[in-house]
Amino acid sequence: MTDYVSTTPGLFPLPDWAKEDLSDLKGHQKGDLIDGDEDAEIATAYDEAREEVVGVQQEAGLDRVSEGQLRWDDMLAHPLAVHDAVDTQGIVRYYDNNNFYRDPVVQGELDFSGDVAGELEAAAEFVDGDDLQAVLPGPYSLSDLATDDHYGDEAEFLAAIADFLAGEVDAFPEVETLFLLEPSLVESAPEDGLDERASEAIDRVASATDADVVVQPYWGALEEKVYAHLLDADIDAVGFDFVAERDDNVYNLQEYGATDDVSLGLADGQNTLVEEPEAIRDRVDWVYEQIPVTDFETVYLTTNTETFYLPYAKFEEKLAALAEAAEIAEVKAA
Amino acid sequence: MTNENKDQFRPDEHENDSFLLTTVVGSYPKPKWLNRAKELYQDPDHGFDEEDYQEAKDDAARLITDEHERAGLDVVVDGEMRRNEMVEFFAHRIEGYEFNGPVKVWGHNYFDKPSVVSEVEYADSWLVDEYEFTASATDRPVKVPITGPYTLANWSFNEAYDDDEELTYDLADLVNEEIEKLVDAGARYIQIDEPALATTPDDHAIVGEALERIVAEIPEEVRIGLHVCYGDYSRIYPEILEFPVDEFDLELANGDYDQLDVFKDPEFTKDLALGVTDVHVGEVESVEQIERNIEKGLEVVPPEQLVVSPDCGVKLLPREVAYGKMANMVEAARNVEAKLDAGELDRGAPATADD
Repeated sequence: MTDYVSTTPGLFPLPDWAKEDLSDLKGHQKGDLIDGDEDAEIATAYDEAREEVVGVQQEAGLDRVSEGQLRWDDMLAHPLAVHDAVDTQGIVRYYDNNNFYRDPVVQGELDFSGDVAGELEAAAEFVDGDDLQAVLPGPYSLSDLATDDHYGDEAEFLAAIADFLAGEVDAFPEVETLFLLEPSLVESAPEDGLDERASEAIDRVASATDADVVVQPYWGALEEKVYAHLLDADIDAVGFDFVAERDDNVYNLQEYGATDDVSLGLADGQNTLVEEPEAIRDRVDWVYEQIPVTDFETVYLTTNTETFYLPYAKFEEKLAALAEAAEIAEVKAA
Repeated sequence: MTNENKDQFRPDEHENDSFLLTTVVGSYPKPKWLNRAKELYQDPDHGFDEEDYQEAKDDAARLITDEHERAGLDVVVDGEMRRNEMVEFFAHRIEGYEFNGPVKVWGHNYFDKPSVVSEVEYADSWLVDEYEFTASATDRPVKVPITGPYTLANWSFNEAYDDDEELTYDLADLVNEEIEKLVDAGARYIQIDEPALATTPDDHAIVGEALERIVAEIPEEVRIGLHVCYGDYSRIYPEILEFPVDEFDLELANGDYDQLDVFKDPEFTKDLALGVTDVHVGEVESVEQIERNIEKGLEVVPPEQLVVSPDCGVKLLPREVAYGKMANMVEAARNVEAKLDAGELDRGAPATADD
């Protein structure tokens, strides 16, 4: 029987009070953003905000609870932006969105940081290990978002990022699931050769944990070769953004099959229109109708993208809709 | 060669034969007391009421219009003293929009990104009061910047339309209605701001179609500009030459004119409002520096087609820096005109008929 698991790819909006307090405490300029050693007052504000978003997820009834990545001022570039060997430079556009992050320029060896592990330790105070979900940028996206001033070779840089992320994962407390977000696999699809290395890099990170690993590309479907290579990695689930693209995702599933588990991005992480839980459930049925596979072991129901794009109240409503959709799906499947 | 559309803004007392129209993109730093007045107005425990706040905004609009005049600008704006943000301001005035709270742009910079929850409709006029007030506060021509429909659509959550294209066209019809009212009120210089085009350059055809709707039945002598900034212009040029506008207002100083060559081939057939001061640099460029920047424009168009303006709105600069940039820009433009009159400068690109 399929297990329906409601979750998100993390990177939540800050609660509105925290938006205000933290912008007062930190400021508005490039140099004011998170660098990894914020003072006690700022750290306390983040601790309170983290506890709040954990509570929101638990109250909504989500099956996986994320730490929220509220400190990630630079979105998916965060793990590098706080690294000692990285200089954060100009403000650059975050994919095709009206959002910006600081260009992380890698200037030295990417050794262990422990920044993300620290956040998860803090969240673990409020969440059981079998509910807790870790979130990281996938190695391909992180290398795509960064600028290399040290390794000098694309393949070497990607491998170094993968090693770095694997080291970070190794330091995590016990988590049930690890989401690796890989929008760059869609947005700047790797060419021949690089597609295989991207898969190997993902495999390297996934191998560092016993948790279930979900690789979530978004803003479209993977090119078929990229998808085929990704299936070679030792991961538990691939994610599909059915909000942005249906046909090509269905094609990949039909032609190449899937992992035993699958993650379905069925709620729009970038639109305030809140889906009805029944509508989300219907979309699950629709996906099943398109593909030959009769059963997945686990189906993650999630927004297609991060949710920091949304106003806070709409974000809360999206979580509730996902949680309820998973419950309906469960009942129906039984 | 003459350029009637541009020359209607030439001041009677203009000292040089050549005329490089000087203007601004729109926004200007708000006086600190205006922000304080807004806080008092929003404080429910304070007696500072709507009428008081209106008076403060009027005073600020007069002040900044006068500051533009003192800087010597040929065409002035009120610095958008009554506007909070370029999408929010309009979304508050268009039926079909609702607000659900702030969203992140970058770091701790947020904006109240609105949601379109039903078909958009025109209710009260958006800018006629603003225009009439500014026009009464100065003898100079007044430009009216309006956020374009593509940006209004793209920087909103779309809950109601099948796609952003459909929403863009509906909004374009509303912008057209507003421009008709502005023209009736006397406005002759309208600038459509479409910064979102830079983020999604593949949609230039949508922006073009929206502009066709915007200018429908607007008299030809009304000058229509299009402002675009911070993008890869090679992805929209030369296609934008087909747009039904008189002028393109482009940010180019920030990149030190590294994209200038894009506009040299094919020939630039519209007027070029060239960004000649960088709004992301806190120092005032010297007159000589700005002269060199203006002369860059002459590599693309002849003087008759050249307009001089900052890269973008200057609202994030300290006010004295903003003023310094305006004043130096005007001085530089007059110097370049004098050099042109004296035959000291290459008149640049071959003159073309301005359609």
